[in-house]
Amino acid sequence: MDAFTTHTGIGVPLRRSNVDTDQIIPAVYLKRVTRTGFEDGLFSAWRNDPTFILNTVPFDHGSVLVAGPDFGTGSSREHAVWALLDYGFRVVISSRFADIFRGNSAKGGLLAAEVAQPDVELLWKLLENQPGTELTVDLREKTVQAADLTVPFDIDDYTRWRLLEGLDDIGLTLRHADAIAAFEAARPGRLPTTVG
Amino acid sequence: MGSTGRSTLAEKVWNQHLVRKGEGQEPDLLYIDLHLVHEVTSPQAFDGLRLAGRPVRRTDLTVATEDHNVPTLDVLAPIADPVSRTQVETLRRNCAEFGVPLYPMNHAEQGIVHVVGPQLGLTQPGLTVVCGDSHTSTHGAFGAMAFGIGTSEVEHVLATQTLPLKQFKTMAINVNSNTGRLRPGVTSKDVILAIIAKIGTGGGQGYVLEYRGNVIENLSMEARMTICNMSIEAGARAGMIAPDETTFAYLHGRDRAPKGEDWDAAVEAWRELRSDDDAVFDAEVDIDADTLTPFVTWGTNPGQGLPLADRVPDPEAIVDENERVAAERALEYMGLEAGTPLRDVHVDTVFVGSCTNGRIEDLRSVAEIIQGRKVADGVRMLVVPGSMRVRFQAEEEGLDKVFTDAGAEWRSAGCSMCLGMNPDQLAPGERSASTSNRNFEGRQGKGGRTHLVSPLVAAATAVRGTLSSPEDLN
Ligand code: SF4
Repeated sequence: MDAFTTHTGIGVPLRRSNVDTDQIIPAVYLKRVTRTGFEDGLFSAWRNDPTFILNTVPFDHGSVLVAGPDFGTGSSREHAVWALLDYGFRVVISSRFADIFRGNSAKGGLLAAEVAQPDVELLWKLLENQPGTELTVDLREKTVQAADLTVPFDIDDYTRWRLLEGLDDIGLTLRHADAIAAFEAARPGRLPTTVG
Repeated sequence: MGSTGRSTLAEKVWNQHLVRKGEGQEPDLLYIDLHLVHEVTSPQAFDGLRLAGRPVRRTDLTVATEDHNVPTLDVLAPIADPVSRTQVETLRRNCAEFGVPLYPMNHAEQGIVHVVGPQLGLTQPGLTVVCGDSHTSTHGAFGAMAFGIGTSEVEHVLATQTLPLKQFKTMAINVNSNTGRLRPGVTSKDVILAIIAKIGTGGGQGYVLEYRGNVIENLSMEARMTICNMSIEAGARAGMIAPDETTFAYLHGRDRAPKGEDWDAAVEAWRELRSDDDAVFDAEVDIDADTLTPFVTWGTNPGQGLPLADRVPDPEAIVDENERVAAERALEYMGLEAGTPLRDVHVDTVFVGSCTNGRIEDLRSVAEIIQGRKVADGVRMLVVPGSMRVRFQAEEEGLDKVFTDAGAEWRSAGCSMCLGMNPDQLAPGERSASTSNRNFEGRQGKGGRTHLVSPLVAAATAVRGTLSSPEDLN
């Protein structure tokens, strides 16, 4: 997982609340056997509509999604995070995230930045008035900045640290590789193995 | 689990596997002794390893089998369904690439993952066992700490052989009777269905259940597995039973069980694996087994069960609003009228199999009842062994003949009609008596209606065509 310090990219205003994981990626995509390539599933129902924002230039090249409250509710599928990342998003901004989605984001390396709703409204206006505006998201400073607008965002310290270090769950555990090796060395030899 | 004083079985196994105690809000890091893999929940885990350039840390503690998607007929032909075929082929490629041992379709050791582990002797007391499948709780029958995990955790275990986990709470389920035995016609399946009906499908949430008491002590290993298997239907993370002479006798001589001096050392260690007399559980439930009779479910969750002698319940009589609405909806889906005696409910299909009741003892008990009798007209009966070994054993004992002579179908090993992921499915509106573990809407096929039952009830139901127990055959 790549470390995250700052990211600059085109902001996409998504004026919808309660975007659940079924809308982010429908269940039919769960049958796949890969971890990547879910970009075509992202918001797939909405993308049938040619006027949907991701079907319009320059938003189709966006990487910072600015959504309404209660983003990522519904089923716990990690595919929702994968689809956003595969499409090219590195940051999702919302005034409220579903807990499981927030946890899955941390695991996948997607920054879920909590921004107060009035500030989200400001970002929406800016992005709609000047399509293609780039947002700079600074994880160290916990700010989102665009043109002359700077707004703060919230993220818990632990997730922020993980993202700054670029540690996924496995990376976190492997910091204790010595302890794992020591535990293994002390396991009795009579314990079962699946080979030989 | 409290950290002071005397310990429960679950706490002992947990503590023996602590790689690192978590500090503050951090979870503990637990070592995993055995990782079972199947085709449905593993593809993205392997793909994740590939993307990160990570190997499988301990291929020698990992084993894979094909079960959920495999057809149980024409097993030598390619799998027709493209999604099923892709999952199975992907598992084969991944196992070859990462060096994980695999028992593919038609291999003598292939079978449902939770049947394969125990029969090989891989599942042993005091181990930590995980699998990307909720019915991993089955293995707790040996006094192992066994629980299901999600795909990202599968990847985590493949890469590190550990899992970060918060401690589970413990619940004792005491099952006792005057004689220590169950009444005739009552099986461990009835015990667990009664437990779930009592504590509810969420009653075990966050807990490891430890089944105790004289009834549990007198059960065979296979009967114990049936109980632990369905711990998850009570919402629990895991179910456990302290190992004893029955456990040791089951394991002795199995392929992967310790041998010689190792065996003696192992048994000595295993004897320590019981909750101390003064251990304190976070919760306790008592079951009076003298009152238990054959149990069947009438609704669409495993907690909606009643004694077979009862009638379809009247939702109007249910006080709790949520439960009443759930019952109304369930009866509508199930196509049942309140007040109908359960014994009058006709079935179209009887399914004997699954990781709950697809073992040799289950098949023997069904054969004993069906021998010399016929499956009722208009009823289809499927008997599906849980593994190839079970299949061969049953055929050696001539059970397959008993089934086919009675008019039942004898199939090859797999999950089969336990879930609608392979060709064995119910048609919309079809009703089954099934020895499996889940009666959710559509579980056995879209629109299918499932009654969960014991193998004995399944056999008697096949003969009479309505939900029945063996005593109805006399
Ligand atoms: S038999 Fe049923 S419950 Fe058991 S592993 Fe297979 S699908 Fe899951």
